[in-house]
Amino acid sequence: MAATPTSVDQVREGLQSVGYLPGESTALVSYLATRLGKPVLVEGPAGVGKTELAKALARYLDRTLVRLQCYEGLDEAKALYEWNYRKQLLRIQAEAADTGWDRVQDDIFGEEFLLERPLMTAIASPEPVVLLIDEIDKTDQEFEAMLLEVLSDFQISIPELGPVVAKTTPIVLLTSNNSRELTEALKRRCLYLWLDYPPVEQELAIVRLHTPDLNEQVARKLVEVVQMVRELDLKKPPSIAESIDWARALLLLGADDIDEGVFRETMSVIVKHRTDLDIVAERVGVRLGPGPPSGVGSKAA
Amino acid sequence: MAPRLPDPGPPGISARLIELGEALRDEGVAVGTSELLDAFAALEEVPWSDPENFREALAATLAKSPDDRRVFELVFERFFFRATEAAAVRAGIKEGSAGGQVGGDSDGEGQQAGDIDLDALRQQIAEAIRDGAESAMRDLARLAIAAFGRQGTGSGVIGVDVQRIRRQLGLRSEPQPDLPPEDPRHDGLPRDELRRFEQLLRRELERGQIERTEQLPASRPLNELDRALPSGPLQDLAAVHRVVAQLRRRLATQGMEARGRKRHAHVDVRRTMRASLQTGGVPVELRFRPRRPRRPEIFVLCDVSTSVTSASVFFLSVLHALHDTFRKMRSFVFIERISEVTDVFERERDFAAVSNAISRDAGVADISGYTDYGRVWNEFRDAVADELHPRATVIVLGDARTNGRDPRAEVFGQIASLAGRTFWLNPEPRLYWNYGDSVIAAYEQYCEAFECWTTQQLEDFVKALTKPMSAR
Repeated sequence: MAATPTSVDQVREGLQSVGYLPGESTALVSYLATRLGKPVLVEGPAGVGKTELAKALARYLDRTLVRLQCYEGLDEAKALYEWNYRKQLLRIQAEAADTGWDRVQDDIFGEEFLLERPLMTAIASPEPVVLLIDEIDKTDQEFEAMLLEVLSDFQISIPELGPVVAKTTPIVLLTSNNSRELTEALKRRCLYLWLDYPPVEQELAIVRLHTPDLNEQVARKLVEVVQMVRELDLKKPPSIAESIDWARALLLLGADDIDEGVFRETMSVIVKHRTDLDIVAERVGVRLGPGPPSGVGSKAA
Repeated sequence: MAPRLPDPGPPGISARLIELGEALRDEGVAVGTSELLDAFAALEEVPWSDPENFREALAATLAKSPDDRRVFELVFERFFFRATEAAAVRAGIKEGSAGGQVGGDSDGEGQQAGDIDLDALRQQIAEAIRDGAESAMRDLARLAIAAFGRQGTGSGVIGVDVQRIRRQLGLRSEPQPDLPPEDPRHDGLPRDELRRFEQLLRRELERGQIERTEQLPASRPLNELDRALPSGPLQDLAAVHRVVAQLRRRLATQGMEARGRKRHAHVDVRRTMRASLQTGGVPVELRFRPRRPRRPEIFVLCDVSTSVTSASVFFLSVLHALHDTFRKMRSFVFIERISEVTDVFERERDFAAVSNAISRDAGVADISGYTDYGRVWNEFRDAVADELHPRATVIVLGDARTNGRDPRAEVFGQIASLAGRTFWLNPEPRLYWNYGDSVIAAYEQYCEAFECWTTQQLEDFVKALTKPMSAR
């Protein structure tokens, strides 16, 4: 695989070759990320392939993917590094009593005793990596502030060792579901990519890529239905991942058309709230037209 | 005529980009120097010959949220449109008069309009919109302008013309079941494409205007409507809650401010005398009567006909979320007749459920489905006349479009005189007021009319509503 791509088209083809169909802006921003060495903030509704983009980039550029999954309460010790204090203790005990404090101190704060956490791994890696900081909006603002140093200079300061500077520039992707507004300071350091639900043709291509055995007519209808469902005012609109799941389900069931019956029986794959189910059944089901008679009854799984 | 053109400024793309940055800042996008530097860095990496890449590269570096992105798209379009048009006027380039001339000499146009089969044109446009065929839409937009634009008199206001042409074309996003099923309009047209077509219409009209007058119209700030209240079917619940939470906070503090500021209004004689006992009966320290925030009794009348539904349901739900700010609140919805929906809001906390329940149960549409203000005022007066008193507030939300029916403003006047205060919220921009069948002027003499189509305006209104009451 190419070390660094030299054009947008190259990135697009590369991502396609590893099974990710990027939109126009996705390819462009990915390309810019490799060229400019700036982190990319990827936002968009859940399930449009934000995390998948990072994985695909890693595959395409043949880099290791280092992933930091964010959650509430994530702190530096879990994200950056930690001293392996058990090992330090053992070391102190193993040293004979005659060793001076100074020597022990020099000893136990060495890299040997450092537990690397994802950010540290990404920075210290001799090979360039793809660093994925997933769901950054789940963390608190303090953590975001700490990230600033990492993201702008690609370095981490360890008081005992001094700053650890990245040997290579990692490609950094931050994803967010927009559950809270990120700070301006963080945004300023990033390129911004808004991933939205893809247009029909692109989604069809994605579904076909993942379920090549599914009849093309069915796949097209499936995508159209999913897009129709997204138009409704739902709590959780179906994502691309759910389109793919649905396609797989239909494939397993051997469905050769999507009519009202099939839809009612399988719609729990794409719609996952009880109230949403009602809305969808009411608004979409009838549009599909009745198929061959099938058991119409309670279908909410 | 001396062309009135903006100063071209220093040459070169850098200057243009910085101007674009300025334009974005004017619209409230936080574009810092570092963002601009990033933009330059990004442009070094992408070929400029591809407009798509060029725009995406700028967007990725300059616009950092979905909102900003939307503003960016609009500003970008406007900025480069103006730049090209200005350059064209400067260089004296005009489109040939061979065909497709927009807004040129009128007899050529009349000729053209005569040639066009209007029904076929409607059909073609609807198909193009359904298929999302961009270039076809652009061509058809010019045809449509030629066909409809100059029939009668153009209003001179481009937005109004656009809407008029759209109406004449019968383009709607709602299904129109009375049309034959093979007509693309039968199932309704995709909203986004429809909007896109409107944009093209607007663009072509503007282009025609610029060619005619050889000057650029004054640069207007972005139409607030473009980023205003969520108005599609995708009412964003989270957005509503956000607005409500802000409002609540603001109302709480705002009340305090007013209490502090106007403290000197009323001396509380009783408490002043009591305090004076400490100083031997000399009132050294004045005590003031505390100001309570106004907790009005509110009657809300909300038009829920299709033209204003989203705005009104949104508005109602905000009011009900602020429920505890008011002493008592009753809401009615109306189209041809009124129906009380207070209990719907008490029962349902969910926005979507409320809007469902209203559309299902209220039973306000009678025969035509068009608003009948005269009948509504009569029914409302009969229903609540006994309960109206000078401390009550009546709020009407509607576009005051009577569909040609008698406005019966005198009945509205009676209601207004019974109530203490009467407000009218019009979800249409002031520009459209009293245009067409809008009769807001007839009602405005009895009430305070507000335009209300952005959250900001809504907030302003709620502030006005809860302002501490002056002594009456």
